[in-house]
Amino acid sequence: MREITIGQYIPGNSVIHRLDPRTKILITFAFMVLLFVIDDFAGYAFPLIFILVASLLSRISIKYMVRGLRPLVIIILLTFVLNLFMIKGRVIYEIGPFSITYEGLYQGTFMVLRLVLLIVGTSLLTLTTSPITLTDGIESLLKPFSKVGVPAHELAMMMTIALRFIPTLMEETDKIMKAQMARGADFSSGNIVKRAQNMVPLLVPLFISAFRRADDLAMAMESRCYRGGENRTRMKTLKMTHEDIFAFVATGFLAAGCLASRFLW
Amino acid sequence: MAAEILAEGVCYRYSQAPDMALKDVDLRIRKGEFVAIIGPNGSGKSTLAKLFNGLFVPTKGKVTVDGLDTRDRDNVWKIRQKAGMVFQNPDNQIVATVVEEDVAFGPENLGVPPEEIRRRVDEALEIVELKDFAQKPPHLLSGGQKQRVAIAGIIAMRPDYIIMDEPTAMLDPVGRKEVINTVKRLNREEGKTIVLITHFMEEAVEADRVIVMSEGYVIMEGSPREIFSKVDKLKAIGLDIPQVTELAHRLRGRGLTIRNDVLTIDEMVECLCPLL
Repeated sequence: MREITIGQYIPGNSVIHRLDPRTKILITFAFMVLLFVIDDFAGYAFPLIFILVASLLSRISIKYMVRGLRPLVIIILLTFVLNLFMIKGRVIYEIGPFSITYEGLYQGTFMVLRLVLLIVGTSLLTLTTSPITLTDGIESLLKPFSKVGVPAHELAMMMTIALRFIPTLMEETDKIMKAQMARGADFSSGNIVKRAQNMVPLLVPLFISAFRRADDLAMAMESRCYRGGENRTRMKTLKMTHEDIFAFVATGFLAAGCLASRFLW
Repeated sequence: MAAEILAEGVCYRYSQAPDMALKDVDLRIRKGEFVAIIGPNGSGKSTLAKLFNGLFVPTKGKVTVDGLDTRDRDNVWKIRQKAGMVFQNPDNQIVATVVEEDVAFGPENLGVPPEEIRRRVDEALEIVELKDFAQKPPHLLSGGQKQRVAIAGIIAMRPDYIIMDEPTAMLDPVGRKEVINTVKRLNREEGKTIVLITHFMEEAVEADRVIVMSEGYVIMEGSPREIFSKVDKLKAIGLDIPQVTELAHRLRGRGLTIRNDVLTIDEMVECLCPLL
């Protein structure tokens, strides 16, 4: 219980790890948009090469990338099958009332490839960026919008506190569970309804304790002069380096390739 | 401007409570002192601590920190920077997911420039002897280590006074020792004024001055030696006395000629040897 990892971050010191979180967020966003610009198979060569180079640079094994795909296998399969049967066109094979068309096969494969690239691209971001750095990046990117009412600092602070207290509350859950089991509580048998009911003696103390912690923490933060994001400085300021510029240039080439494949060929 | 925390005729009532939690408290904490406040549960000692850094404002009377009145809301941030506060539960006062980020939290709130924060954080972690833990997530630390992180977070704000509200209550004996040694060092080497609220009498013995509270009143004040020699009075309000003092008291009851202000084991040895 003590060694839980949050998110799927894998610590490392590769070029990709070192990139400014803002760079990575922006590039991931651009990458996702560009995937939707592409409209034929040849166009995929660009994002494929891009992601391949990025993965190699990050030194993260393919195993972890594939792991990110696993929970989405059903959606990927469903996408493929639906496209396969639903699209009208030249029939290649018939099973009862259903028919597989050439266009369906083409479109299905096309969509699956897009989905896979989408997932791999975003997991590369979360694999190489710790949640806390990611939070800093998001805060910094949202800051210009705080003038129009986006609570950038507050959102980031909430994320930080949530991340900070996940292990603490996990430990607490474990403790309460054991205490209730010692009193004869049963958390593992019965049907779903019964099991949900059995969770009540776990959740009530957990919630009460969480509220007490919130009260304590608020007081501790206040006595350490916390008063929101105004006039606040940071020890670690995000800084872009030449590596970030290089990453943006590479993304520029990716964009050029994708746009050319769509509009020129 | 007076360099002291001063409480004058302070009363405090929690909203909706029928009685005053603090009744007419007059206290002076001088700069550089190490003061321990003891008292049974509900005697008002935690309430008093929260009045010292403006978390609470007195219902009657006034509290000033270096001449700044806590009732004046414009002073509140200045007061909290001058009088840092360490709480009981180390888990509930650590904000960040990395030790050094948490230590930086206070100075960040004060708007200190980044390079200066870096310097202060390194220095604070050095003082509490947690340099090697700077990059660790706090939940992997022991209770004593977590409480030292909390103390470092306060030191980094460069306060003159550090008020500790039962900082060792939730720790095991090892953690308790770590924290108390840190506290002593802060007072003796760093010259910080310490207000230590505790219910461990062995900790109060280390202080320059002990304040005893009961039912909202300050009932005794003096050096540890003066206070702990009044064994019967302390017991009457439900307080313990240090083990050695208790032993000396009992031995005297059996007719042994022993001083009544024995506080440490070494002193006890000194007293007993001539009798052998």
